[in-house]
Amino acid sequence: MKKKWLSYPYMIWMAIFIVVPMALVLYYAFTVRDGEAVRFSLANFQKFCQPVYLKVALRSIMLAFYCTIGCFLLGYPLAMILASKEYVQKRMLLLLLILPMWMNILLRTYAWMTLLEKNGLINTFLGNFGLGPYQFLYTDIAVVLGMIYNFLPFMVLPIYSVLVKMDHSLIEAAEDLGAGRLTVFRKVTFPLSIPGVMSGVVMVFMPAVSTFIISRLLGGGQFSLIGNLIEQQFLWVGDWHFGSALSIVMMILILISTAILNHYDKDHDNEGVGGLW
Amino acid sequence: MKKSLWGLAFMGLLFCGMLTGCGDSDQPMVYVYNWGDYIDEDVIDMFEEETGIKVRYEMYDTNEDMYVKVKAGGNAYDVLIPSDYMIEKMLKEDMLLELNYDNIPNASQTDPKFLNQPYDPDNKYSIPYMWCTLGIIYDANMVTDPVDTWEVLWNEKYAKEIIMLDSPRDTIGIALKALGYSMNSINPAELEAAKVKLQEQRPLVLAYLVDQSKEKMISGEAAMAITWSGDAITMMEQNENLRYSVPKQGSNYSIDAMVIPKTAQNKENAEAFINFMCRPDIALKNTEYIRYSTPNMGAFELLPDEIKNDGAGYPEDSVIEECEVYLDPGEAIALYDQVWTELFAD
Amino acid sequence: MVKRFFERIYLLIIFAFLYAPIIVLMAFSFNESKSRSMWTGFSLKWYEKVFQNSEIMSALYYTILIAILSAVIATIIGTISAIGIQSLGKWSKKAVLDINYLPVLNPDIVTGVSLMILFIFVNMRLGFLTLLLSHIVFNIPYVIISVLPKLRQLDKNVYEAALDLGATPAYAIRRVVLPQIMPGVITGLLLAFTLSLDDFVISFFTTGSGVTNLSITIYSMTRRGVSPEINAISTLMFAVVLVLLVVINGRMSQDKNVSHQDIK
Repeated sequence: MKKKWLSYPYMIWMAIFIVVPMALVLYYAFTVRDGEAVRFSLANFQKFCQPVYLKVALRSIMLAFYCTIGCFLLGYPLAMILASKEYVQKRMLLLLLILPMWMNILLRTYAWMTLLEKNGLINTFLGNFGLGPYQFLYTDIAVVLGMIYNFLPFMVLPIYSVLVKMDHSLIEAAEDLGAGRLTVFRKVTFPLSIPGVMSGVVMVFMPAVSTFIISRLLGGGQFSLIGNLIEQQFLWVGDWHFGSALSIVMMILILISTAILNHYDKDHDNEGVGGLW
Repeated sequence: MKKSLWGLAFMGLLFCGMLTGCGDSDQPMVYVYNWGDYIDEDVIDMFEEETGIKVRYEMYDTNEDMYVKVKAGGNAYDVLIPSDYMIEKMLKEDMLLELNYDNIPNASQTDPKFLNQPYDPDNKYSIPYMWCTLGIIYDANMVTDPVDTWEVLWNEKYAKEIIMLDSPRDTIGIALKALGYSMNSINPAELEAAKVKLQEQRPLVLAYLVDQSKEKMISGEAAMAITWSGDAITMMEQNENLRYSVPKQGSNYSIDAMVIPKTAQNKENAEAFINFMCRPDIALKNTEYIRYSTPNMGAFELLPDEIKNDGAGYPEDSVIEECEVYLDPGEAIALYDQVWTELFAD
Repeated sequence: MVKRFFERIYLLIIFAFLYAPIIVLMAFSFNESKSRSMWTGFSLKWYEKVFQNSEIMSALYYTILIAILSAVIATIIGTISAIGIQSLGKWSKKAVLDINYLPVLNPDIVTGVSLMILFIFVNMRLGFLTLLLSHIVFNIPYVIISVLPKLRQLDKNVYEAALDLGATPAYAIRRVVLPQIMPGVITGLLLAFTLSLDDFVISFFTTGSGVTNLSITIYSMTRRGVSPEINAISTLMFAVVLVLLVVINGRMSQDKNVSHQDIK
């Protein structure tokens, strides 16, 4: 099928809407405004290396990391249960899993406030047993919870799609050879599902590290994340140069984690992201 | 191949459709960009009906959001309603058009108290729309101490009951005032002191929010919050335990005024709109709806006495004299950004 | 038996976690007062009011219009491009795909900001057109990602055979290739539609001139208090989606061929 030329218009499109914007971001990141003139400089990156900004970056990475762990611990068993179901039930459960994503992300997150606040539903419920009230809202826990809530399906789906394609004769063979259920899991199922886990990890980590909405809504503006910093540079300070430099840092962070994914996912030939759906 | 041609044709049609859809240029238009919830929407319908000018109305949440959008030049708004310091900044950057007062006869209704402010000395570019003070709203059931100084925000009795503003200028400004400095300080040492002061306060703060604090205070989720007088009045109507106070060390008082940006395409329609907004009955409708204080003398006269004499909305002149209007910090905004970032890094 | 029991409990907890906020949100759309935390009585008034709220209605209109247009355009461009990309040489294919993945991998905020810089750089007025272009930009990669695997599975000989039997290339693509990659195309279309519907960050940076979508309206409302009207409109949209999905699901279950390919 020699239809190469069909891709040429899209190449031009990509040049205009993907390559040029990226080049502009790079241009801003590596320049500073000097009066009226603009000159090349690494000052924006030096600024990022100050302890304040590194702390913010580290905090974003830590929260995203907790979120990823949480999603993995909750999501893996779920993926296993899903994979073990019969066709109709499987379809139903998958649908139930994806359905919440059709509700606007801001609203879904906002609704957690009603549940978590001091006079909220969870505290009212606990109050019936003489517990609380606890201040759940505006803590790191609330932020991580919000992240897990929003990104859990991104972990479950890739793991599920690997588990469901797995060759069952391998498991049967291991059982025939006398392996217990736990051993089968440890030695066969889990190692085989690693590519799915890795894509899940990246799919969760990426949006978690860059979010500025969840931290704003559930964190009560208590802590900056790197996403908040970028927003602040563009929308409040008006320093596009530093904002662009922060964007570049974030991109590099993401590209590194993607490189790790590809390392584990060689035979998938870049399908990692697409395989999810 | 046929398929792709079809696709192209289809796309072409769509684009044409969109372009014509956007460009219904026959009808006179005015693009208004205002704060969210900052107008009685009936007023827009009335204006359209009376003048035949169609209003495209869009909203922003902070002065800075508005500034970025206007500065970007991607939008051709005709009327903006920024606050004082933002008007000063926009004037410095030559972003505003001089108003033609011949088209705005109702401007004479404006109380001279609010004219000739430092941000626009001769009011060549702006006409005040609303004004307010910044202060503390508190729940009288929860707060037993007198709320007349900013220090109450540092009282450990109210740990995790205090809501501050998610707005660098206001929150840092309050710390500056509490320390006895000007809210417009651009002195690095004073700002550093303000940062330390805010760091001390941080463990006591429940959250840094903007308008969400309304809901929180009404439902009794917190004891104290920083707010503007207009919002305070709205909250007090919904929860009778709430009180509003402007600390005696002084505070910010701010004026939001109507301006026309250089990028405006319909200047005369914009002036017609501003004139309409200055008409006493319309200004009255707006102030009654949004609860901010009106600088319009005609509208003030029409207000019921209990509002006129209400200390929250229309305080004594002595309170106002202690208050400062924000000025544009210019390049020193970087200092504020630094303080803000350091405050939230730990 | 014990295992099944634990499985049920586990599923119950997870789905309670996933649906609790949504149920709260829907329940409060029927609340009589404006409060987001106190239940004061059943009422349908927010459902009446929302249709008179011009801010929400115009946001809804733009959200749906942008979602449909961007999904359809992205699917057309994406599918055509994917057919082209599939027949590229190894290295150029890799290069094209890598660039194509950038909008997928990039944090939304970077994509949004970079597009905003582009539009301002070429002096385009931010508004409907820039918003639509941005949505098409981030939708196409997902369409390509959905279509490519199906193209890879395609038996090349079928297309050659069609040509040998006298079909024109265009005819062969339309009648032979397209039906076989259809599940991928549909997945791409739905995905693009969903992403566009839900997008906030990119829209936030690239729109203007009075054009806002629901996400942006909701975001500014989260700062000044979300009106229950938003809960009402979201509940309605959710219900529509639910019905659509159930219908599609039902049809797919009947048609085993499609469903087996679709569910991976």
